This record gives sequence, structure tokens and C-alpha cells, in this order.
Amino acid sequence: LCLWGHPYLNSIFLLFFFFFSLTPWVPVVGLEIHAQISSNSKLFSGSQVQFAAPPNSLVSFFDASLPGTLPVLNRRCVEAAVMTGLALNCSINKKSLFDRKHYFYADLPAGYQITQQRVPIAVNGSLSYSLCIDNKMSQMVTKTVRIKQIQLEQDSGKSLHDDVRSQTLVDLNRAGVGLMEVVMEPDMCCGEEAAAAVRELQLILQTLGSSQAVMAEGQLRVDANVSVHHPGEPYGVRTEVKNINSIRFLAKAVDYEIERQIEELESGGTILNETRAFDSKLGCTVPMRDKEGKQDYRFMPEPNLPPLILYNARSLPANMNHQQVVNIDWIHERLPDLPSVKRAKLVEQYGILPEHSFTLLNEAGLTEFFEDVIKQTQMKPKKVIGWILNDLLSYLKQHSLTVKESPVSSFLLADLLNRLEKKEISSTAAKQVFAELWKGEGKTPLEIVKEKKLQLIQDQEDLERICQAVIDGQENEVMAIKSGNRKVLNKLIGLVQRETQGRSNPVLVKQLLEKKLSE
Amino acid sequence: MLNCYLKGQQEHERPEFIPYAHLRIRTKQKVTVEVLDHLEHLALVDFRDSEGVERLQKAIQFADQLHEVNTDGVEPMDSVLEDRCLYLREDDVTEGNCTEELLKNAREKVEEYFVAPPGNIPLPKLEERETFLKGS
Repeated sequence: LCLWGHPYLNSIFLLFFFFFSLTPWVPVVGLEIHAQISSNSKLFSGSQVQFAAPPNSLVSFFDASLPGTLPVLNRRCVEAAVMTGLALNCSINKKSLFDRKHYFYADLPAGYQITQQRVPIAVNGSLSYSLCIDNKMSQMVTKTVRIKQIQLEQDSGKSLHDDVRSQTLVDLNRAGVGLMEVVMEPDMCCGEEAAAAVRELQLILQTLGSSQAVMAEGQLRVDANVSVHHPGEPYGVRTEVKNINSIRFLAKAVDYEIERQIEELESGGTILNETRAFDSKLGCTVPMRDKEGKQDYRFMPEPNLPPLILYNARSLPANMNHQQVVNIDWIHERLPDLPSVKRAKLVEQYGILPEHSFTLLNEAGLTEFFEDVIKQTQMKPKKVIGWILNDLLSYLKQHSLTVKESPVSSFLLADLLNRLEKKEISSTAAKQVFAELWKGEGKTPLEIVKEKKLQLIQDQEDLERICQAVIDGQENEVMAIKSGNRKVLNKLIGLVQRETQGRSNPVLVKQLLEKKLSE
Repeated sequence: MLNCYLKGQQEHERPEFIPYAHLRIRTKQKVTVEVLDHLEHLALVDFRDSEGVERLQKAIQFADQLHEVNTDGVEPMDSVLEDRCLYLREDDVTEGNCTEELLKNAREKVEEYFVAPPGNIPLPKLEERETFLKGS
């Protein structure tokens, strides 16, 4: 019994458990997310924040924890945390405190991490996200997960394990980079929900600009806490799952862990309160070494930092240097439209379905592409969206390309759609032209239409002549139609299409044939 | 340091903490082996002998005097600097690029990386260690 986190199979599986198992299990999933703050310099020092730089080149004396150095808080990091807190409907604590969390590890040179354990910068928020029921895009349901808190903390350095020489190489470039830890309450129940919630958080962070949230570059890290229990009973022992490197793997890891725990408990075993790592190659979780026993972090207040005070319009002090002031209201006024707002606006403005706007926002650059095409075409948005989602997007996915890399520009697509609107070509022909445009050979739609002779016959008389010829040549069919068998008409339409090599508008052909047959 | 040297010169008796009789200092029972083992793991100290443990006992007892003060309804203070302004720095790159200097401190290095043992080497369990605590 090893389900690989396929959401459809899993919900069916869980349904079976619910209905056919004597003792149904309720899985409980909570997430701890670390988002690297998008800033020029680190949280408490002036060294640069950059991915992939020569080892230990972006490290200051403070980051290396040399004696005599002190932390100096970066205002941009505070603003990023406030923005994120506001976007997640949190209460912003006007006074928050910094603490030290002690543990020994080679990539933590100070032996402690400066974090906000007692009074974090933001608390009690919520995140709403959408799920497709049954994997169909047509039915979306909105769920909410509560945000317990958001805290500012330091990132640790990077350890490269060299098992061959039995040593660890330490690069401190990442040590001291600002992180926002977003702690979610255990309101989720499966991998699909966890993945959807993280995806929405990722979009929000990217929209705010507080974090670029690219999981592949370690800017967004997720740890999942998973437990199962019977309804009505207290929560079961939870395990922590780490080393999840993508949203897809998050769903797999969570679902695997739920299944593992259920199997273990049903066969009479117990769950250890341990930390497990997700092995993406095998698709399962394994116990992690180096994490034996409960950690005692010996939290203590950070003695080198007084409380962080934030202001709003009312509490703003009169004679203070504005560079020293973080004004919550000022930040609130400047928040950009969040994804949920953007989606609602798209639906209202263009008359598309919520599922469509969901897909538009889910793909980087797709909304802009869609709106660019709309600006350049007379075709109604409701029809354009079909071309964007069914044609453009599926081609992009097939070739693993991003919207930016699309060989078909919005200009070319708009041109094509205009010709379709003006009935210069049929929709089948338009698909052919699109396929040709995809090759990226630099031809315009008009050139392709001419080259492949796809233009619809515009001359009405010409068309009538062909229709008449077909009617004259199919006596039996004509009789069948006249005696009430309308279906045979399709055969005549087909024959006209063949005569015209597909260059006739089927709707018009049908009208002409019917007119002639009724004479 | 000068103070210690000077004290060492004079033959004074080591001061000993004797609690006032009227203070009923609430002290827990003798500190257990489990707690001592836990402390040795956490802080990597070595209590070495019974005198070390005794000293710890007395230190705890001394600190327990704090319980005599009634602090109901009083907010704990972390630091006397709590009403100072926390200075906020502009987000500019002003430091870094001193790889060579930093690596001068490293006993071992590989191509500009610091070298560390493969993982945390946990203190062996009580039964397997050479420690005075085993006897208790």
C-alpha cells in the first residue's frame, strides 16, 4: 500500500477508509514555512544577499560570529514582514521581541539563532486558498488555514556533506539572511490542501515582493507536521517531515506520511515523535539522523536588541527621524492587489470563469499575455481565454516552456484571432495556423494562410455553385433529406468541404444547402 | 583578574552560602543524575566530581532566593535598555568580501569552505562515558 500522493486516488482511498473502515482516521497537517526575505543585505548585517556566489564571500564578521560584533536590524526586513502580516490578515504587534534559540551545528557559528519566540511581529492571521474537487477545473472550493504567527529570524549557513572524506564543508553566505517564518495551524488534512495553501502563499509573497519564494533556490522551505487520530479522540503523536523541495513533493510527502502512520497504527505499532526526511527518489519518508531526542533550545531574550516598536498613523511620534520609523498604515495603503483580488477583477472585467482566472494567475506571465492579446483583438475575452488556456498553455506545457519563452507572441496570436473573427479562416484552419506559428519560423498568420491555402472562400456565388453541384450529384441523399432524414445533410456538408479542400465555412454551407433543398 | 590574584595572595577562607534561618527557601530535592546528564549534553560541561555537583546545588539554592519576592502582576524585564530605540539600518550592502581574512581563523579549509566534522558527534550515553556521574 504505497500511494504516491496522487490527489484523486488519495481522496478516493481516504473515502474508502471513511466508509469501509470500522475506525476512520482523521489526518492532521500543519506547516512551518520559511520564506527568505527579498532584500539587498542581511537581517542583522550589511553583507549581500545573493544566490550562488563564491563560498564565504558574502560573509561579514558578525555573520561569522567573531567576538565583538553586534546585530543591527535591517529596516527593509521589518517592512517585508509587516507587508506579509497584513496580506495574511494578521494583527501586527506594535512591540515585538527578539530571542536566542541555542543549538550546536557547524553552519550556525554563534551556536544560537536570533529569532522571535515570545512575541513575534505578527499573529492570528488567515490564508484562503482554492482547491479543485475531483481534479476537474470546473468545481473549485475555497478553504482557509489559520496563521498562528509570522516571525523574523536568521537563516543558517549551508552544509555540504562529503561522505567520502567524512567531513562537512561549510559556506556561510546564507548565514544571517533574513527569514520570515510563517507558522500555520494544523487545519489541513491532506497533501493536496497543503500544496494548494503553499502555492497561494507563494503567489502572495511574489506579488508583495517580500520574498521571491522560489523553492528550487531555497527561498521557500516547507516543513510538514503530520499526525492521525480517530474522530473524537485527542490528536495523535506527530512527526515532522523535512527536505521537501517542491510543491509537488510536498503533497507526496504528506500523503505518504499519513498512509505510513495509519498502517503503523493499524498493525499495532506506535508513532515516534521524530523528524523524518522526504526521499524524493523513493517517494517516502525516512528517519533523519542527527535529530535524536528532544531538543532543548534554552530560549533567552536577545540582550543586544531592545524591543522592536512599530507605529501607525495615530501613534506616530512627532519629532522622530522618519528613517527610523516603520508605519504600519503607510505600508497598508501601499499593498498591491493580492492574487484573490486580481482573480476577482479578471472575472468581472472579462467575464471569464473563476477557474480560468485561477489558471491565469498560476502561470507566470500568462495574465499579461492574455490581456495583451485582448488589447490587440476584436475577439471577445470569453473566446480568447479558450485559445490561451487550451491551445497556448497546452503547447507550452508539452514543450516545458514558460510564457516568456513562447515562440508565439501576443501580437501574432491576436493577428490570428482577428482573422478567425473576420471569418477569413475556419477554426480548424486557425488551429493549423497556430501549430505552424509554434515552429517559430518567423512567418505571419497571413503568410501561413496563403502558403497552406487555408483562406475560406469568400465568394458567395462560388460557394453556391459548389453546393448546387454536390446536390445535383447526390440524388439519393437529397431524397432522404427531403423525406425528413436531416442527418444526411452532414454528409452533403462533408462533400462540399472536400470539394473546397476545407476552405468553406461549414455554418454558411449548411445554410446554403438548406436553402437550396427547400426550394 | 587582578581581584582574583589579590584574593589568592591572601589566605581567606572560601566564602560559603548559609541561608538565613527565617527564609524558607524553596529548593527542589537534590539535583538528579538525569538533569546533570542533560546539562552535560546541552552545554558540553563536565561536572567532573562531587564538588562540582555540590557547587551547582548551592548555586541553585542561592538563586532560589528570588522566589521570596512577590512578583504577581509585575511584567518581567529582560534588560534595563528596554526603552532604548532599536536602530534600523538602511538596506545597503556595506560588508562582506573578506573571504581570505575569515579563513585565516580556520584550522582546516577546502577551497574557501570551512571544514567541520560530518555531523554533530553526540556525547556518548551516560553508561558509555567516563564521567563521575556514572557512580551516582
